[in-house]
Amino acid sequence: MKKFALTVLIFWLLAVVLGELLQLKPNQIDLQSILATPSVAHWFGADDIGRDILARVLAGVQVSLLVAVVVTIITILIGVCVGLLAGFYGGTIDRMLMQITDIFLAFPGMLLAIAFAAVLGPGLVNLTIALSVTGWVSYARLTRGQTLGLRNRQHVLAAESLGASVPRMLFKHILPLLASILVVEATYSLASVMIAEASLSFLGLGIQAPNASWGAMLRDGVRYMLVAPHYVLIVGLSLMSLILAINLGGDYLRDKLDVRTEN
Amino acid sequence: MFLIKKISSLVTVIFGVLLLTFLLIHLVPGDPVDVMLGESASIADRLALRNDLGLNDPLLYQFTTYFNKLAHGDFGQSIHTKTPIIDMLKARYPATLKLALLSLIIGLVIGVPMGIFAALKANHWQDIMVTLISVRFSAMPAFWLGPMLMLIFAVWLGWLPVSGMESNAAIILPALTLGFGLSAILTRMTRTSLLEVLNDDYIRTARAKGLSEKAVILRHALRAALLPIITIVGLQMGSLLAGTVITETIFSWDGIGLLLVESIEKRDYPVTQACVLVVALSYVLVNLMTDFLYRMADPRVKFAS
Repeated sequence: MKKFALTVLIFWLLAVVLGELLQLKPNQIDLQSILATPSVAHWFGADDIGRDILARVLAGVQVSLLVAVVVTIITILIGVCVGLLAGFYGGTIDRMLMQITDIFLAFPGMLLAIAFAAVLGPGLVNLTIALSVTGWVSYARLTRGQTLGLRNRQHVLAAESLGASVPRMLFKHILPLLASILVVEATYSLASVMIAEASLSFLGLGIQAPNASWGAMLRDGVRYMLVAPHYVLIVGLSLMSLILAINLGGDYLRDKLDVRTEN
Repeated sequence: MFLIKKISSLVTVIFGVLLLTFLLIHLVPGDPVDVMLGESASIADRLALRNDLGLNDPLLYQFTTYFNKLAHGDFGQSIHTKTPIIDMLKARYPATLKLALLSLIIGLVIGVPMGIFAALKANHWQDIMVTLISVRFSAMPAFWLGPMLMLIFAVWLGWLPVSGMESNAAIILPALTLGFGLSAILTRMTRTSLLEVLNDDYIRTARAKGLSEKAVILRHALRAALLPIITIVGLQMGSLLAGTVITETIFSWDGIGLLLVESIEKRDYPVTQACVLVVALSYVLVNLMTDFLYRMADPRVKFAS
C-alpha cells in the first residue's frame, strides 16, 4: 500500500511538472469539442466549453496543493503559538485561550469556513483566509495538551532554574519535542484542507472561473452528468486517487515517526 | 456539580457562537449594504436597509438588539423576499432533520455490524478488507461520493431519482451519501472498542461458565463495547450537519443547508447568519445530549466527577 501511495503521489507530481513543461492550456476554449469523450486529442475528454479536462485537472492540482500548503503553514503558526502559550502558562491565559478554541469548535466541521468565505466573497486569498481562520484550532488543542505534559519535564525545569528566557524554553526545549507529532498532523491536514478547498469551490465560494479547481469541475460535472458522465467520473476518480495517496502517506509517516497511535 | 459546570460552559459557548455569527455581517469587506443590494439600488432603499439592520447604531447596541430579538424568536427578515426568516427556517429545518436522522440510521445499521464482523475476524483477511475499505471510505468527501452515487444509481441504473424531493425515494441517495461516511467511522470504532473489551476478565469468565459465543458477544461484550459509540455518534453529528450543506446542494434537497447556499448566492446575509446560527446551535445541543446520554448509559462515569 505504501508503495502504491508513493507511486500515485509521484505520478501526480510528474504529471503536474510535465503539464507545465508541455505548456498545456487549461483555459483554452475549443467549441468544436464541447463535452467530448476521451480521445487522442483530449485524453480525459473536454468540458462544457471545450476546455481540455486533463489540463484543467493538472491546473487544479497546482492550485489545490498551493492552498493546502499555505493554509497548513498559517494554521500551524497560529495554532502552535496559541497552544504553547496556553500549555506553558496555564491558569487564566490557558482558560481564556481554550474558551476561544471551544467557541470555534462549537461550529460543526466546514460550517464556519463556509460562513467566512460567504461574507468575505469568493477568490483565492479570501478562501485561504477562511480556511486559516477556522483551521488553527486543532493544532492549538494538540500543542496545548503536549505542552502541559512537557512543561514539568526535568530538562525544562532545569533550563528554567538556569534562568533561560521563556522564548528559549518554548522554542529550544519544548517545540522540538512536538515536531514529529506536528508533521504527522500536518500531512493529514494537507488532505483535509484540499477537501475543504474543493468543498468551498464546489459551493462556488472558492476559486473562480476561468481558473481550474476540482470542486468547481465536479459541480459542472454534476450539471452535465446526463449528457457527459465521463466528465464527473474522471474528475472524481482523480480527486479520489490524490486524497487516498496523501492519507496513505500520512499513515506511513505516523508509523515511521511512531507518534501516538490512532485513538 | 457536573450539571452546573456543564451549563456554565454551555452558556459561554452559546454566547461565543452568537457573538461570532453577529460579527459575520461586519466582516463583509466594504459596506455590507452595498454588497447586499448591488450598485443599482436607490439611496432610499439603502437607507431603509441600513436602518432595518441597525447598522448606524453603536456595535454594542447592535449586539444587544440582535440578542434581544433572537431571544424572542425574531431572526429578522430576508432582504429579497421580505419574509420573516423564522418562517423560512421552520419550513426548511424538518427536511434537514429527516435527512440527518436517516443518515445516522444508515451509518449505524451498516457500521456497527461491520465493526462487529471485523472484530470477530480480527487479523483475518475479512477484517483487513473491511478495515481497509472503511478507513479509505471515511476519507472521501460528500461532494465526491454524492455525484458518484448519483451517476451509478440514478443515471446508469436509473433506480432512483437524480435529485429534488418529489418522491419518497429521493431521500435515499443523499442519505446514503452522508450515511456511508459515518458508517466507515463507526465500523472502525466498533471494531477497536469490541477488541479491547474481548480481552477483559469478565469475558473470560463468561466463556469459562460455558456460555455460547453468541451470548458472550451479544450480552456481555457488545454492551460495554457500544458505550464509546455514543460519543462518536455525537461528535460525528457535527460533520453530518455540515455535510448536509454540500449534500443538499448536490441533490437539491430543500433543507437548511440548501437555504444557506442559496442565501450566500443572493447575498442575503441575514438569512446566511440565521442558518449558520441554527446549525451551530443544533450541534451544541446534540453534543450536550450526547454527554448526558453517555453518563446515563455508563454508571461508572459519575455526575459528580
